[in-house]
Amino acid sequence: MTQVKLPDPEQLALRILRGERAAVASGLNLLDNKLAEARSRSARLLASLSGEHWLDAGHLIGITGPPGAGKSSLVSALIRAWRSSGRSVAVLAVDPSSRPELGGGALLGDRIRIKNSSHDEGLFIRSLANRNQLGGVATEVWPMSWLLLTCFDIVVIETVGVGQTEIDIAEIGDTVCYVAQPASGDTIQYLKSGIIEIPDIFAVNKSDLGAAARKTAAEIARSASRQDRRADWDYPVCLVSAAMSTGIEQFRDHFDRHRSFLTNAGLLGKLRARHQSAWVVRLLKEEFGTFGLELAGGRTAVAERLSKGVLNQFEEYERLRKQILSRFMSVSRPSSPTKKEHPDEQAIV
Amino acid sequence: MISSRKKRDQPWLMRTYSGHSSARASNALYRTNLAKGQTGLSVAFDLPTQTGYDADHPLARGEVGKVGVPISHIGDMDQLFDQIPLDQMNTSMTINATAAWLLSLYIGLAQRRGIDPRKLSGTTQNDIIKEYLSRGTYIYPPGPSMRLIADTINYTVRHVPKWNPTNICSYHLQEAGATPVQELAYALCTAMAVLDTVKASGEIEVAAFPQVVERISFFVNAGMRFVEECCKLRAFGEMWDELTATRYQVDDPKLRRFRYGVQVNSLGLTEPQPENNVQRIVLEMLAVVLSRRARARAIQLPAWNEAMGLPRPWDQQWALRMQQVMAFETDLLEYEDILDGSPVIAAKVADLIEGAKKEIEKVEEQGGIIAAIESGYIKRELVGSHMHRLRAIESGDLQIIGVNCFQETAESPLTGGTDGAIMKIDPAAERGQIERLQAHRKSRNDADVRAALQGLADAAKTGENIMPSSIRCALAGVSTGEWGDTLRAVFGEFRPPTGIDIAIDSRQVLGQKDLVAELRERVADTGSALGRPLKLLVGKPGLDGHSNGAEQVAVKARDVGFEVVYDGIRLTPQQIAQAAEEEGVHLVGLSILSGSHMELAGAVLRELHARDLGNLPVIAGGIIPPEDAERLKALGVRAVYTPKDFNLNAIMVDMVDVIRECNGLQRLGPRP
Ligand code: B12
Ligand SMILES: Nc1nc2c(ncn2[C@@H]2O[C@H](COP(=O)(O)OP(=O)(O)OP(=O)(O)O)[C@@H](O)[C@H]2O)c(=O)[nH]1
Ligand SMILES: [Mg+2]
Repeated sequence: MTQVKLPDPEQLALRILRGERAAVASGLNLLDNKLAEARSRSARLLASLSGEHWLDAGHLIGITGPPGAGKSSLVSALIRAWRSSGRSVAVLAVDPSSRPELGGGALLGDRIRIKNSSHDEGLFIRSLANRNQLGGVATEVWPMSWLLLTCFDIVVIETVGVGQTEIDIAEIGDTVCYVAQPASGDTIQYLKSGIIEIPDIFAVNKSDLGAAARKTAAEIARSASRQDRRADWDYPVCLVSAAMSTGIEQFRDHFDRHRSFLTNAGLLGKLRARHQSAWVVRLLKEEFGTFGLELAGGRTAVAERLSKGVLNQFEEYERLRKQILSRFMSVSRPSSPTKKEHPDEQAIV
Repeated sequence: MISSRKKRDQPWLMRTYSGHSSARASNALYRTNLAKGQTGLSVAFDLPTQTGYDADHPLARGEVGKVGVPISHIGDMDQLFDQIPLDQMNTSMTINATAAWLLSLYIGLAQRRGIDPRKLSGTTQNDIIKEYLSRGTYIYPPGPSMRLIADTINYTVRHVPKWNPTNICSYHLQEAGATPVQELAYALCTAMAVLDTVKASGEIEVAAFPQVVERISFFVNAGMRFVEECCKLRAFGEMWDELTATRYQVDDPKLRRFRYGVQVNSLGLTEPQPENNVQRIVLEMLAVVLSRRARARAIQLPAWNEAMGLPRPWDQQWALRMQQVMAFETDLLEYEDILDGSPVIAAKVADLIEGAKKEIEKVEEQGGIIAAIESGYIKRELVGSHMHRLRAIESGDLQIIGVNCFQETAESPLTGGTDGAIMKIDPAAERGQIERLQAHRKSRNDADVRAALQGLADAAKTGENIMPSSIRCALAGVSTGEWGDTLRAVFGEFRPPTGIDIAIDSRQVLGQKDLVAELRERVADTGSALGRPLKLLVGKPGLDGHSNGAEQVAVKARDVGFEVVYDGIRLTPQQIAQAAEEEGVHLVGLSILSGSHMELAGAVLRELHARDLGNLPVIAGGIIPPEDAERLKALGVRAVYTPKDFNLNAIMVDMVDVIRECNGLQRLGPRP
């Protein structure tokens, strides 16, 4: 095959934990890499990075909402607020516009909208194309966000919320914020139909547009109240304007408040452990199909097994992978399934 | 037969767009140009002056005195017009975001020389709107930019009545790929936005408003399709007449005349067989002089070596002589309009008007030109049009002699010289300018400067007209960077949409599906071999605003399967290196047309090195003379592309190979 140079994962982990930007970048590249060798190194990297901090460090925030609602502009405004209080920020911007089914690549345009012009080493932005044909957050986003959590105070994931994707973001972030477009019925429709799980924070952006924004905020507040919600969290609906920089301080405070809420209620660690298991299950399913998952004992059993090894999901993942692979061999021999070892090929046998 | 001279029309103003190195060197050039029969001046400023930075600002590094003259304060302005009587000269300044400032320096200088500003005549380009769409020397957000335009109009109408405070530009739109219809539509939308803003400011009495309308002039382009271009100018005249009569109730038809200056199309001027550009330029000029009722008031022409680099005095002289031959040797100026009454011309004009009206309606529906710029709509339309033009050249549908056909050529004696047949700016010019600026800062009265800047900041905040306080700044010895920064602090800065996010599925691939399909395969296969899809960063370092190349490379790369990061123009080498690191790209492609490629590419390589990315391949494109291309490669740049590499598909093939080679994979070579 190729002589692609891949970094030594254990070394890399040390450098990442020291917060070296070059190592962070190289770690993200590794996690994004689909070569079989890279996959196993990724698992080693994650294993070396994992530890207690993974359950309580930093704050992982998901920002979602319809195209053009102003997610990037709001993230940019939040970054200004966070950076001025000295907190470091990493952003994973998942590009909505890529259409892999059309054969083309992607233009990753969010960066320019998030970044202000000044140079800042306390801010790290990685844009990702949404390479998944069906929409939704690319699986790489999960481990990438965990890597970033080991060395940034705040990690933000921006994704476009259409249809199914909100569910994904809810399975990743500690705090999920939905940015709504004024005078668009989408949000309310989704809420009513239950397509979106209720986000922890609602923002109605473009409050500078006046009445339309206020009306939308009021409608959301009404519809959201009919959903199932946690009794002890208030699900704030904020009126903000990224353009005029109004309401940003309170908006930011809600994120802090939500994180405190999660820690105080003892939910943060549990939430993260659950998200990590969900990712492992999803990855195994992507790689080996439902059938593969069955070979490892089925989704529930796998999830259960993972929930026990809270601190090291990734070693567990590697073990499960090997287990499935060896079962595959015995099930389907002699038709040389090893050829399918390239995990990218989604061996749904 | 030689006709009697007295019946001839006056020729248009003849100018040469020029300026370089320093105020002193440019002054010498202007005086020789005037001696050669040039009848007006057209000042080219350097990029730091155009973007409101002092010569010693980090962003100015490598750009001072390069593509124009650096003007840092009133002393420079004085030097620039040394022995040139301001009250007798017609001076055009290509200045936009800092137009109010340069005009203040000019007025301040006149006052210092005891000349009544009412006698000054000339033009400040001052169309900041098209800067967001094409020209790239914007600073402030659209709101404050509109206000700066309105302030200069309100001021000059009362105090410098012979001045053209703004030149609404469609020229630059065509240079960014616009079709004639787009040129008509967007320029007229801009004019409406400007007039509406002036009207809303309430500074002008209703009765005096027609005078404001009369002061609005235009700066237009003319390309190779000269019949259509001539019709476009007639269309402009008709539409302006109608618009000013109906929307602004200007009753006097004289005040409704469409007054315009021209620079002819340069986008189509070629690097291969550059002598052919002479024919092109002459034919393009024909479009703007042929029809008497739609004739240009002022013309400046590019030079034959346009696509190679900056013109030398001799190259500019040649361009001036083209105008003189047209005006003085031909019988053109002896007739009434020779196109009136032609049904073919009338039909074409009607056609253009209809198209433009439709597009104007579209923009108005979106809330006007500012909204359509902020949303990215217009920029996307322009990028789309330019893409179609390039694809037509690639496919051969649009023939460009010497480029995609008739490429064979004898050796040219024109390009044989030792100077590369272009103007080279002495790198010492920057140092000289910085030294003079620093000496100037020491020599002025600091208290006056502080008070003047405070006055400027106050005016910016309260909404008071910006001109009086700017003129006070000029007289106090304030510098260009200080003026720019004071307003930055009040107005903030702005980065417009890049327009490259045109929908992939709305574009036909020109019946060349096979080509693109094969390329996509190469890109995809190489990505799989490396483990992740190929990711490209297109970077525009420095103050250079030429975005066409970067945009088209980005759009094409996306089309063939790259994941593309492009953050727009005017980034520092540090920002580009940081983006390359954060984004984990496989290749960095720099686009540099300002002539600062040696400094800027070198700086990007150093920044990458400092980030452990010494092995990340970097390529560069733009206006890069052959010997500089070699020097860049010696620095570590893997490949260099210039306008002769018109085939973007071939560039893509090459880019994939550069990535392959740097990652230990075999090159795939040119397509069979
Ligand atoms: C169009 C144009 C403009 C337009 C730009 C519109 C826009 N948004 O891009 C306008 C009218 C606004 C403009 C303005 C100016 N211009 Co101008 N402009 C040109 C012109 C005519 C064509 C450039 C172009 O767009 N070509 C089409 C594109 C597709 O080609 P390209 O960029 O060369 O790209 C090709 C290759 O070079 C390569 N490539 C380029 N970049 C990259 C990047 C990568 C990654 C790769 C792989 C390949 C690649 O691939 C492309 C495909 O073939 C050139 C002269 C010429 N004919 O080349 C002058 C020219 C570049 N301009 C020049 C100047 C001086 C200016 C001004 C600075 C003048 C002034 N003093 O104000 C202004 C200010 C602009 C600014 N803000 O910086 C000079 C530069 C002189 C120098 N380098 O020494 C030139 C050379 C003209 C001249 N001879 O004087 N300009
Ligand atoms: N009036 C107004 N416009 C805004 C505001 N915030 C953002 N916008 C505009 O809305 C548009 C979209 O903003 P983005 O921040 O790019 O929105 P997004 O949700 O990230 O968009 P995608 O990533 O493309 O889905 C831009 O034109 C912004 O200028 C705001 O507070 N008020
Ligand atoms: Mg966005």
